[in-house]
Amino acid sequence: MPEQLVFAMEVTLNGLMTGVMYSLVALGFVLIFKASGIFNYAQGVMALFAAMTLVGIQDGRVPFSHVINAIFGTHIYDFGWEVPALLAILLTVIVMIIFALLVQRFVFKHLVGQEPIILFMATIGLAYFLEGVSDLMWGSEIRNMDVGLPQGINDWIDVTTLEIFGYGFFIDNLDLAATLIAAILVMGLIAYSQYTKNGRAMRAVADDHQAALSVGISLNYVWILVWSLAGIVALVAGVMWGSKSGVQFSLSLIALKALPVLMLGGFTSIPGAIVGGMIIGVGEALFEFAIGPMIGGATENWFAYVLALLFLVFRPQGLFGEKIIERV
Amino acid sequence: MKKLTILVLSAAVAAGSPAAAELVFPSLSYRTGPFAAGGIPFADGYSDYMALLNVRDGGIGGVMTSVPECETAYNTERGVECYESTRGLGALVYQPLSTGITYQLIPRTTVDGIPLHTMGYGRTSAANGDVFSHTFNYPANYWDAASIIVNQLLEENDGSLEGQTIALLYHNSAYGREPIRTLETLAEMHDFEFLQLAVDHPGQEQGNQWLQIRRERPDYVVMWGWGVMNQVAIQEAINIRYPMENFIGNWWSGADHDVESAGADAAGYRSLNMNRLGDMPVFAEIQELVIDAGLNAGDGSNLGNVLYTRGMYAAFLAAEAAALAQEMSGVADIDASMMRDAMEALEITNEIMEAAGMPGIGPEFAVTCEDHGGTGMAIMQQWDGEAWVTLTDFIAPDDSVTQPLIDEDSAQYAAENGITSQCSDS
Amino acid sequence: MFYREAGDFKTSYSADSATFPILFDRYRYYLVLIVGAGIIPFVLNDYWANSILIPFLIYAIAAMGLNILTGYCGQVSLGTGGFMAVGAYTSYKLMTAFPGLDMISVTLLSGLMTAMVGLAFGLPSLRIKGFYLAVATLAAQFFLVWLFNKVGWFYNYSASGQISAPTRDFFYFTNIAVTGPSAESWAKYLFCFMFVFVLAWVARNLTRGSMGRQWMAIRDMDIAAEIIGVNPLKAKLTAFAVSSFYVGISGALLFTVYLGAVEVGEAYGITKSFLVLFMIIIGGLGSIFGSFAGAAFMVILPVFLRNFLTGTMNWDSALATHFEFVIVGGLIMFFLIVEPHGLARLWALVKDKLRLWPFPH
Repeated sequence: MPEQLVFAMEVTLNGLMTGVMYSLVALGFVLIFKASGIFNYAQGVMALFAAMTLVGIQDGRVPFSHVINAIFGTHIYDFGWEVPALLAILLTVIVMIIFALLVQRFVFKHLVGQEPIILFMATIGLAYFLEGVSDLMWGSEIRNMDVGLPQGINDWIDVTTLEIFGYGFFIDNLDLAATLIAAILVMGLIAYSQYTKNGRAMRAVADDHQAALSVGISLNYVWILVWSLAGIVALVAGVMWGSKSGVQFSLSLIALKALPVLMLGGFTSIPGAIVGGMIIGVGEALFEFAIGPMIGGATENWFAYVLALLFLVFRPQGLFGEKIIERV
Repeated sequence: MKKLTILVLSAAVAAGSPAAAELVFPSLSYRTGPFAAGGIPFADGYSDYMALLNVRDGGIGGVMTSVPECETAYNTERGVECYESTRGLGALVYQPLSTGITYQLIPRTTVDGIPLHTMGYGRTSAANGDVFSHTFNYPANYWDAASIIVNQLLEENDGSLEGQTIALLYHNSAYGREPIRTLETLAEMHDFEFLQLAVDHPGQEQGNQWLQIRRERPDYVVMWGWGVMNQVAIQEAINIRYPMENFIGNWWSGADHDVESAGADAAGYRSLNMNRLGDMPVFAEIQELVIDAGLNAGDGSNLGNVLYTRGMYAAFLAAEAAALAQEMSGVADIDASMMRDAMEALEITNEIMEAAGMPGIGPEFAVTCEDHGGTGMAIMQQWDGEAWVTLTDFIAPDDSVTQPLIDEDSAQYAAENGITSQCSDS
Repeated sequence: MFYREAGDFKTSYSADSATFPILFDRYRYYLVLIVGAGIIPFVLNDYWANSILIPFLIYAIAAMGLNILTGYCGQVSLGTGGFMAVGAYTSYKLMTAFPGLDMISVTLLSGLMTAMVGLAFGLPSLRIKGFYLAVATLAAQFFLVWLFNKVGWFYNYSASGQISAPTRDFFYFTNIAVTGPSAESWAKYLFCFMFVFVLAWVARNLTRGSMGRQWMAIRDMDIAAEIIGVNPLKAKLTAFAVSSFYVGISGALLFTVYLGAVEVGEAYGITKSFLVLFMIIIGGLGSIFGSFAGAAFMVILPVFLRNFLTGTMNWDSALATHFEFVIVGGLIMFFLIVEPHGLARLWALVKDKLRLWPFPH
């Protein structure tokens, strides 16, 4: 087999994996958009906040220690204990649920029925706010994320492909873990929305607010539910991305990688987020591989958007989006 | 309208009249934003050293120092605002720790007559003091760094890099592009292959770049990164099992937090450093007189790490220049123009460093009117899995490569801005 | 008491449809002009000019531009930063290629160039709508930044890719520098003020003319607009062109007059697009006054907070910055909850109340 083709295959596989990582972020967007029509820009910052909280709890750091020290002149930084990963994850989930409650209670409850752009801006305000809170709570230094996920090259794939193609493929164990977790997450979400009462309520609200209200579903409750779910998805994304790069400010910028995925997959479709992520991941990896060197590289950031734009010109509602029907 | 009145009042407070006698060293720091992890230790070191001088020696020459901090978040517009708001305090020298803000401040400080010191960053050609009268970038600059790395590799390979490949993994910004021209020249000179790999800001994703490195197996990878890009690159290098000894960062890619997350796996990774690390007497003094007394700027946890030491070194150079200015002018409460003249006459010797409690922290160098760049020497250090270990003595760059580039670039700047030689006419 | 229509008789249609139909408003408007052009330049210091007034004026232009596109024509754009970069780089190329050119022509030509680029990126808007379009304009944002970062010709092959503005004059034969380090604050301020005045006047009259009404028809419902005879192609593309013209001028001024040296990814990144979008939403969509109010809010608030927290309250700068984020974010949400239609709407409410004051019944 020609060498370039083998390389392209490796690039494609890695692109698929990266795409799954994008999908993890995109999923959170889809959940909230479907149920409430809010395009939640704060999803990236939520991932940062969740990851920061997880690491902070794990290391036994005192929340808001900088503020406390500044006000009372004390010097406390940590409790001096370490919390096991699983318990820390559980506690973080609780924090994210409380966050969902507060957001719904103090912000979006008051914005019901506003135009989408207003809601969108409110989430940007929320992003700023949460970023500040996250810095105040846990500081802005880099933290190491360690929840026991494997990292590094997968030897089995390396050896097997070396036998078949004469070139060992590189696949990161972390990416494999991410794919697995994403698969579980998506199946879990689908099962949840198909077979549980709450899940059905969520779907009903997504279909029609008025009809859902009229059969006695509490919109408020469902919205808190989807914000909590989005918070949990953000935690998963934060853990995955944070394991790679450490938990720090730039984590919040992954939201920007999810936007082309959403465009492509449609804002309202969970499978769309997954497939869209994979198309974007593979597309930008192959473009960087084939065309990148000729035009100077570092094309990933814009190519994802251009690719999504091309798809949109032919399907303005995204691959899996609901057909837009307009009436006058 | 009410808001405006409060604003006027608070602005007046902020830009209030300078206290009777104080030496003001504004610190344009960034403790937030994408590069906070690098900005925090540097700012801590800078202001802790000045605090030490106040506690231990009663300031510089009997005048207390003050370090008003202004948060830039690595953003140029905030940098301008910080500059304007601290300038009125009688600022002696600016150290923005950001290449972008440096470019803003070069023309402004020149007009306002305030020296600008950008150690190891900023505009490389500012080393030509004949054109850039108020900008200093001693002890070393980016082009020196590129040349030093190649020199060190030459030495390791018995003087020849012929047929080898060196890849440059760089942050796709003004900062990251700096060494390209130097490395291209060097590649021609020493006949090695030069491969460029750009990483877009912030550098969270480098999968494709590292796949390419894995395919093409360059003999060395040189990194010009900052912020999260460093951690990710080191992690990816470990993932693809790239030999870590052949992976070399510049001095902004070799901080403790860059390698700590990878820990022992990153052992072998090398980077440049313009300041030596280690157990210097000054750290004990800072611990005792500043941190234990609660006068420190940060939480005190960064004491002695790479960027903290660099911030402290920057403060040391500024303080020495201020002391020299007092000596030269005979005035204790010096102003910015005296500071500038002293920076241009600054000579750092081993005795001075020893006296300050940081023996051998940097190279010996002397600044002249023409040469604002110092010797350009730096050491190479290696991460052993737990700590940075100094690997070499100060290595000299190849001035015959960098000097023509500096002359060319500064001549272009001089022509664009109509600057005449400042050294020959005085 | 003074804010009355009563007694202010109109004798012609043009007087009746004036921008400021109330006498008091007209006087206020003249007063702002006199203070802005005649008093401020003489009392200006460097801090006020460089930290508050000049950025405010420049962002007001960008906000007006985006407001034309988003507020009047309903096309959400997140490519503002990229279009500003087009303006900046055009002016840089013009300034270095034609050293004799004056700044007024340079700035106008930069605006024209940006208008053309904006036109090209506006084409997808004919097919893509709503958030999908917003995300599509991000393609423009990222692509343009990448382009200016990558192609050496744009920054004259300088080693680092930074561009710096050389010293140039206001207009021919005036010998008043408005760019470069030696430019005086008052000259820079007046230069921006002039552009803001002219552009605001043009924007106001464009948006209430037939073109503006076409844009608003498209915004309110494009299919219905098409049925009543508005050509969506023409309306959307003119909105993109006019908007980009404004944004380009603002980008050019940001580089030449305000910053003097920029690096594209840093100065014209995605955060800039969001900043300008914030301005028009806080200020009020579809309102020229709102553009000003929003720009003032977003420029002054952070500076004010910083000075207040670090200067008056004596907090350390990092803590103050974190709180600044919390407060700005909180205020944005608060404003959207209290008045989703922005400061302009609040202003209109105040005016309505004033009209009846002090006898509201």
